[in-house]
Amino acid sequence: MAELPGQIKRMSGGIKQLLEQIFGFSRRCLFRIISMGPIPNHLAFIMDGNRRYAKKCGLEEGSGHKAGFSALMLMLQYCYELGIQYVTIYAFSIDNFRRQPEEVQSLMDLMLEKIKSLLEKESIVHQYGIRVYFIGNLALLNDQVRAAAEKVMNATAKNSRVVLLICIAYNSTDEILQAVKKSCINKYTYNIEASGSYKHEDTDSEIEAKDIENQEKKIQLVDIEENMQMSVAPNPDILIRSSGETRLSNFLLWQTGNSQLCFPAALWPEIGLRHLVWAILNFQRSHSYLEKRKKQL
Amino acid sequence: MLSLFSVVFTFLALFLLIPGLFISRRLRLHFSLKNIIRFYKITASKYGDERNDERPMGEKEKRAKNRMPKHVAVILDGNRRWAEKRGLGTSDGHEAGVKRLMENAKDCFAMGTNTISLFAFSTENWERPEDEVNCLMALFKKHFKSEMPYFQRDKIKISVIGNRAKISQSLLGLIEEVEEATKSYEGKQLIIAIDYSGRFDILQACKNLATKVKDGLIQVEDIDEKAMENELMTKCSEFPNPDLLIRTSGEQRISNFFLWQSAYTELYFPNVLWPDFGEAEYLDALTWYQQRQRRFGRRV
Repeated sequence: MAELPGQIKRMSGGIKQLLEQIFGFSRRCLFRIISMGPIPNHLAFIMDGNRRYAKKCGLEEGSGHKAGFSALMLMLQYCYELGIQYVTIYAFSIDNFRRQPEEVQSLMDLMLEKIKSLLEKESIVHQYGIRVYFIGNLALLNDQVRAAAEKVMNATAKNSRVVLLICIAYNSTDEILQAVKKSCINKYTYNIEASGSYKHEDTDSEIEAKDIENQEKKIQLVDIEENMQMSVAPNPDILIRSSGETRLSNFLLWQTGNSQLCFPAALWPEIGLRHLVWAILNFQRSHSYLEKRKKQL
Repeated sequence: MLSLFSVVFTFLALFLLIPGLFISRRLRLHFSLKNIIRFYKITASKYGDERNDERPMGEKEKRAKNRMPKHVAVILDGNRRWAEKRGLGTSDGHEAGVKRLMENAKDCFAMGTNTISLFAFSTENWERPEDEVNCLMALFKKHFKSEMPYFQRDKIKISVIGNRAKISQSLLGLIEEVEEATKSYEGKQLIIAIDYSGRFDILQACKNLATKVKDGLIQVEDIDEKAMENELMTKCSEFPNPDLLIRTSGEQRISNFFLWQSAYTELYFPNVLWPDFGEAEYLDALTWYQQRQRRFGRRV
């Protein structure tokens, strides 16, 4: 008689496994069907709604973010199965530093824990061959988090199957300003040494040479784009922001000029397969229209 | 019994029927209870804003004060689809769109918005068929001329932003004339984006900053968000960043309109085509905006 609870537990464990396998199989079939149409190359996520989720479920303060992390892992698995090559996530904004110090500290601790876990052998990074980039003003982070981030970037430098860009201490306006500053420094520092003033009369050929030189000294679009931290990935095709808020909150402003924007009402820890599939179907619908227009040109 | 009935009837007439008829005539709205209540809500919040200036405000009241958007940006999408649905030509669609634009602008200003930005023509639109582009340019010319007296009467400042290199001389002359005539007005501004691209805007601002660094006017360390905002084309406005961005026709994209400026803008995507976007739809957008909780990254 004492074996009965044990047997029931084993049976339910077995049924659970079987169900998971069935779900996994049907999900992969669904993905095969969706892949008949165009699949986005780059997906961006704004993971909004963790605190509201914690309040809704009556959990303590930090656990909303933990639930959010599990939702993130799930989304990454789906993206990998679909064959999406680049995934960007908005982990922490520079504006978020203005929150309560306890919350910021707990977020930093959580991020340190999760970044360190990426280095372990069983993490998804090695399982799926993910190359990780940390994008943002890393100087604003504390030393431990920064060191861990750099370690992960070096450890995954050789992976190439999927690229994960984690935006931490990031603001799109800050990114653009850093790019401008870098372009200025690159273009003009060597000119500062070389700028003697020409006292003699300029002949025609010298004026021409100076013109070309002046053109090279001017900032071009390609200079700014090269110096943007997000230049390691193409522009996102879809941007998904959970929790129903319809704003960009200073995320990838330069890059999302032509991206499809999706705003599912679900909070980030509640996000699931159906939201991803809906976003991709919408992308496919407008993608064919956009491609048709491009062909007309 | 009869007196009670007459009292109730007078009350209803005074507060509902007559103002309702007046409001719906003025705003060309459908005469319905929903629209009347919407109008009262919006005017009440506007009146509440003015009254709140006189007494010290609590935290909640401070938040309620910011409920009317100071700057509304609109992407006018859907003219061609509207014309196709009715079996008309593209030029008729654009004509209807511009007419709707002028009506909506008048109503928006009446409801208390300071700045309205319109995405009239994007840099990518040059790639459309030539006759469509010519028709659009002709429409701009026609309406700048015909609406000038209205702008002067209502004291609306007009600014046109965008890359002026490809615009014809006649249109350019007209634009400069309108800007010159209205440049001293304050309080209401209409920003029209012709041949505008968000990326081009940021790029030209970056180039200006880089030139200033090269000429030694500023240091590299001085380049910050304020410096950038002073170089972007929206520097002509007191409120360069839109609070609300409306894109009609259901497409959920920004299509290279305000990129830097819409960092914290609330985005609204109604499923209606632009020539059908009237007062009722705008009231919907305002009501939706007022329910938003804008946190700017912090906790409320």
